Amino acid sequence: MATQKHTLVALVNDKPGVLNRVVSLFRRRGFNIDSIAVGHSEVQHLSRVTIIVNGTTYTVEQVRKQLDKLIDVVKIFDITSEKNTTRELALVKVKATSATRSEILEIADIFRANIVDVASDTLTIEITGDEDKIESMLKLLKTFGIKEIARTGRVAMIRGTLGAPPPDDKPVRSRVKRENA
Amino acid sequence: MKKTGAQILCESLIAEGVDVMFGFPGGVLLPFYDTLPQYPQIRHILVRHEQGAAHAADGYARATGRVGVCMATSGPGATNLVTGIANAYLDSVPMVAITGQVVREQIGKDAFQEIDITGITLPITKHSYVAMDTAHLAKIVHEAFYIARTGRPGPVLIDIPKDVFTDQAELTVPSRVELPGYKIPSQGHPAQLKNAAKLINEAKKPLIIAGRGVIISGASAALREFAEKAQVPVITTLLGIGCFPENHALSYGMAGMHGTGYANKALESCDLLIAIGMRFDDRVTGKISAFVPHAKIIHIDLDPAEIGKNVPVDIPIVGDVKPVLLSLQKLVENNSRISWLQQLDEWRQQHPMLDIKDGDKLLPQRIIREIYEATNGDAIVVTGVGQHQMWTAQHYFFDKPDTFISSGGLGTMGFGLPAAMGAKVGKPDKIVWCIDGDGSIQMTIQELATLVQDDIAVKIAIINNGYLGMVRQWQDLFYKKNYVATPLTCPDFVKIAEAYCMAGITVTKREEIRPAIDQAMAHEGPFLVNFMVEPEENVYPMVPPGESNVNFLEQPKKEVSAWQRRSTP
Repeated sequence: MATQKHTLVALVNDKPGVLNRVVSLFRRRGFNIDSIAVGHSEVQHLSRVTIIVNGTTYTVEQVRKQLDKLIDVVKIFDITSEKNTTRELALVKVKATSATRSEILEIADIFRANIVDVASDTLTIEITGDEDKIESMLKLLKTFGIKEIARTGRVAMIRGTLGAPPPDDKPVRSRVKRENA
Repeated sequence: MKKTGAQILCESLIAEGVDVMFGFPGGVLLPFYDTLPQYPQIRHILVRHEQGAAHAADGYARATGRVGVCMATSGPGATNLVTGIANAYLDSVPMVAITGQVVREQIGKDAFQEIDITGITLPITKHSYVAMDTAHLAKIVHEAFYIARTGRPGPVLIDIPKDVFTDQAELTVPSRVELPGYKIPSQGHPAQLKNAAKLINEAKKPLIIAGRGVIISGASAALREFAEKAQVPVITTLLGIGCFPENHALSYGMAGMHGTGYANKALESCDLLIAIGMRFDDRVTGKISAFVPHAKIIHIDLDPAEIGKNVPVDIPIVGDVKPVLLSLQKLVENNSRISWLQQLDEWRQQHPMLDIKDGDKLLPQRIIREIYEATNGDAIVVTGVGQHQMWTAQHYFFDKPDTFISSGGLGTMGFGLPAAMGAKVGKPDKIVWCIDGDGSIQMTIQELATLVQDDIAVKIAIINNGYLGMVRQWQDLFYKKNYVATPLTCPDFVKIAEAYCMAGITVTKREEIRPAIDQAMAHEGPFLVNFMVEPEENVYPMVPPGESNVNFLEQPKKEVSAWQRRSTP
């Protein structure tokens, strides 16, 4: 079976150790995570994790099911086959001399990137976009000498009104009778 | 009124119905043990090694269907639980393991006896907690028990720092559990149930393979009704033993590496496999590419992650086994399938693998058979791991669920004695036999002291062949009898028993078997029988590792005598 990049989106409890549980499952099944991004979601106490992972549909589905079993994972879905928007932010520190500075500024302009810091011999550029856009800009900047790159990892969302389903409003409840049976 | 964390823990355990726990104290648990006598409802059994506590909780849980509880102190106490927790995880046993932890401000500072036990047990627990606030303790305990026993059961660990035991908080009794991320699958999809019934009705040679999921779900009766109505023969996995009466006309024993030849032949030629509450372990499937080559597969399991994990499935039914079987039973037609069942019976005649060699030698198979006869098949039988385990699975006939207790997934040597202890504590009115190997029992033999101290009347049969027998068998068959690191110089087990102030007897002759078994059962307390068996006896049939199930090796035929199967109850 052919491997492809899968985009998994998970809503997880915002508690210590939860990310560890998620990530260690990937380790156990032998997956190398391409990128992972974590942040707050629209629901209080829930974080949203976007994981990009390479694998066959079968193996990724196995991991998704295993992740779904984690009690701290409230929802998880594979949005690879959906139409979705993915974005990543990168900060790039490029060597700049008075001779090259304007050329670099021009490239940044083409990619609608921002200059966030200027020093005597460097420029720091902030770029947002999908992976291709960032890679293309980095390729162009390479000739000037890149001193440092910081990337956030991708975040993703399904296009249109049909988003990821919200977490169940009906939580699991135990029987009132509290018997060990 | 405010209570200490230790009091809150005790009261929460009692609220969950805990009447017994297996534990071992230590520095950080002192506040808890200081409080425990205030709650005489909880019987605490002091083990000799924390691994024993975890296995005992495991055996207790399997024998009773309730959640087993074990406790250990921080650091080495906690790490000693790990094997037992892993064992419970792989066999889906409901367990709550409680560990002490260093005081909160010392966490992360490599304090004395500090270890990150939640980190260590991450891949072998269903869930885990670090209780960092006394006020949350009651809620955590309630959730832990709920998670351990519901859905696919498993072990849950609660790590409690010492000062959480001593801090005070209001005890608020949690009335419900709110776990939005915890999903318990339903009754099975109606459309899939219909599709399954259609396949079953159309199948000429259907076969049921039943696993421990049937036992966990309490679905033995439902399975029997379903199998009888559709006249589908039933084979089981190792841990499925007992979920279907082995003396039933439709029962064809255990499948897999040491399964019966006819069960493995049935797998080879069936046209529909109905897999119920089992997970296609490699010891059952043999060479996976050659597994059920002519069959479609219906897989019924509570855990969606098990569907399609090892074997592609034609009809997945995710749901609790019992309601699924009850619905399926209504949908399937009455059937006779005479020719298929005749075929299976023919194979049973051709491969009488459960028969025992004649002669005066002290054969392990005969010992198991005689324990079966002596107990009328009504005992709880707990095993260690090795040849004796397989002989027990083959030669004791289990008719009821929860009566065969064995370490399946992890294959933990040393499981037998402490698990038998837990089973006997949970079911004091039952006769509990621990059938163990001389290698296996030495891994946890110190629990003999626990049996004596708490007067737990486990009957122990050591199948003593002076070898790590199963490994020796592999060396015999696949490594040119190069017996490296398998011969054992064993102690005199009867003297060991005596040293623990326990009764015991050694058996060396065939005619002494039954009297020794009777003597053990007539004895009031725990009793040990040391059977000095034929040293190089092998377990047959055997599917060589990596081979297809149908290529099983059989016992040399000339030595075999027939054994009369008991009729259908």
